Amino acid sequence: MNIHGVRAIYVSEMARTGRTLLQSVVSPVLSTSLYFVVFGAAIGSRITEVEGVSYGAFIVPGLVMLMLLTQSVSNASFAIYFPKFTGTIYELLSAPISHFEIVLGFVGAAATKSLLIGVIILITAGFFVPLQIAHPVWMVVFLVLTAFTFSLLGFIIGIWADGFEKLQFVPLLIITPLAFLGGTFYSVDMLPPFWQTVTLFNPVVYLISGFRWSFYGIADVSLAASVGMIALFLVACLAVVSWIFRTGYKLKA
Amino acid sequence: MSSDHPVRYRGAETGSGGPVQREASVTALHRPAISVSGLSKTYASGFQALKNVDLEIRRGEIFALLGPNGAGKTTLISIICGIVNASEGTVLAEGYDVVKDYRTARSIIGLVPQELTNNAFETVHSVVSFSRGLFGKPPNPAHIEKVLRDLTLWDKREAQMMMLSGGMKRRVLIAKALSHEPRILFLDEPTAGVDVELRREMWDVVRSLRANGVTIILTTHYIEEAEEMADRVGVISNGEIILVEEKSALMDKLGSKELVLQLPEPLEAVPAPLRHHGLELAAEGYELVYTYDTQSEGTGIPELLRDMDQAGIEFRDLRTKQSSLEDIFVNLVRNRP
Ligand SMILES: Nc1ncnc2c1ncn2[C@@H]1O[C@H](COP(=O)(O)OP(=O)(O)OP(=O)(O)O)[C@@H](O)[C@H]1O
Ligand SMILES: [Mg+2]
Repeated sequence: MNIHGVRAIYVSEMARTGRTLLQSVVSPVLSTSLYFVVFGAAIGSRITEVEGVSYGAFIVPGLVMLMLLTQSVSNASFAIYFPKFTGTIYELLSAPISHFEIVLGFVGAAATKSLLIGVIILITAGFFVPLQIAHPVWMVVFLVLTAFTFSLLGFIIGIWADGFEKLQFVPLLIITPLAFLGGTFYSVDMLPPFWQTVTLFNPVVYLISGFRWSFYGIADVSLAASVGMIALFLVACLAVVSWIFRTGYKLKA
Repeated sequence: MSSDHPVRYRGAETGSGGPVQREASVTALHRPAISVSGLSKTYASGFQALKNVDLEIRRGEIFALLGPNGAGKTTLISIICGIVNASEGTVLAEGYDVVKDYRTARSIIGLVPQELTNNAFETVHSVVSFSRGLFGKPPNPAHIEKVLRDLTLWDKREAQMMMLSGGMKRRVLIAKALSHEPRILFLDEPTAGVDVELRREMWDVVRSLRANGVTIILTTHYIEEAEEMADRVGVISNGEIILVEEKSALMDKLGSKELVLQLPEPLEAVPAPLRHHGLELAAEGYELVYTYDTQSEGTGIPELLRDMDQAGIEFRDLRTKQSSLEDIFVNLVRNRP
């Protein structure tokens, strides 16, 4: 195990976060606050409660997930796309470091960063609404698993992308809509029956549901389904990453 | 350099490379630094950049890989360093397969790439330290400082990469490669876009590395550069290694010139009084060929002509011919099976 190598990648990625602290932390906090003002205040004045939880508090887990997903994907995709773009990837490829270790360094750093942001958002949310966390351990499990899984997805996107458009395409056109439609701002029960069924094909529903359950003990789908879904996603991402490295897809001529 | 390690050609040895046996460390020391066998590369575009290349680089030598644009130099180096996948063939670094035993192989290899690449926002010191860590070495601030000082980068250590000039950036790439103390160093066109001063500095670094036993492989377009630095020279053209030779032998060939004397009457043999000049008969005895060294003090031509005059041998005409690198290449290509 090339510990020094993993550390070097991790530290240098975290240093990059440090250099772009404003962009990395301030903007998600700002946009979350805006969500609170717009959705919490405007809609919250009409929908006061969802399943016994105040609307403002109800949307917190969804918002944290939304940020966690988009941040994980964009951090990790940018982190690996950048060396590809500048050509410094040559060094990663020529170093005595395994694929697993490269992923560990990059994905570890991206996940750390998005977890940090998730926690900051939770704290920010605490200023707007009273928070209660019914199952703290499960909450941490969901946070960490989601951050890692979607950082892996971001890593894959970063390798696949051969331009900045593609790099932004997935977070913007896929992750955000899935999260919005995945029950961030409403309970699946509130939809007409047909759309309830459609929604169950959205993987993000399972993440948000499970995460929300860890706060308030209410869920759209069973806990087992939520955990199973993340696990499935994680395994799928791991499989794709290992395929990428095995074949050198978009990395090696 | 001894010449008891002949260039390995296909069929002469291992072929497609079975498992590498870990011998005792005594024999490990005698393994070549790099041994390439049967290496071919066809890019996804269908272009074949390397054609069955065999090459052996000895421990501790400076090897210059010479060749025109597009010859396959960078491709060869990239395969050895793990950046490009080979289509066929194997590469061993100090006996370790660069694919199967990549950790060991890569940890002893440093690469200075042809292209200037950099992380614009990072500092010189951080990118150089990063490389050391990436290659699995524990931090060693003293070594990093030495490398930066040797390359006159120490005063720039806190500068962001994007604030450096092209030459400085190249120094940083060299520093990155040296940060992890490689035993084999690849320099892919290190002198491209480099001024005289940096070039001298670079050669100083290269010589001191060599003095410490580091094997150095550099690519260049310029025969003069190979002449200045290398112990051996390999020439690659169209993806084929067409010559590998001690530099001195190559320079001898390059430095020699022929004087051809055309005779009115054919000779059966070189006349006795002229024997000591090392003449050869050609064109069925109608020509006397004298080979001399342009780089030596005297060419010996006046003496030859005087001796011929005394021996009563006349000539109708004369011409001289320089054997160029080109001639050598052409001959090599033509004479290959
Ligand atoms: N990724 C690639 N896909 C297709 N063809 C490639 C690729 N990389 C290189 N080639 C081709 O392979 C050949 C050898 O390229 P290479 O870069 O190895 O040459 P070189 O000897 O390093 O040349 P130079 O002196 O210009 O650096 C060239 O014809 C080049 O166009
Ligand atoms: Mg090249």
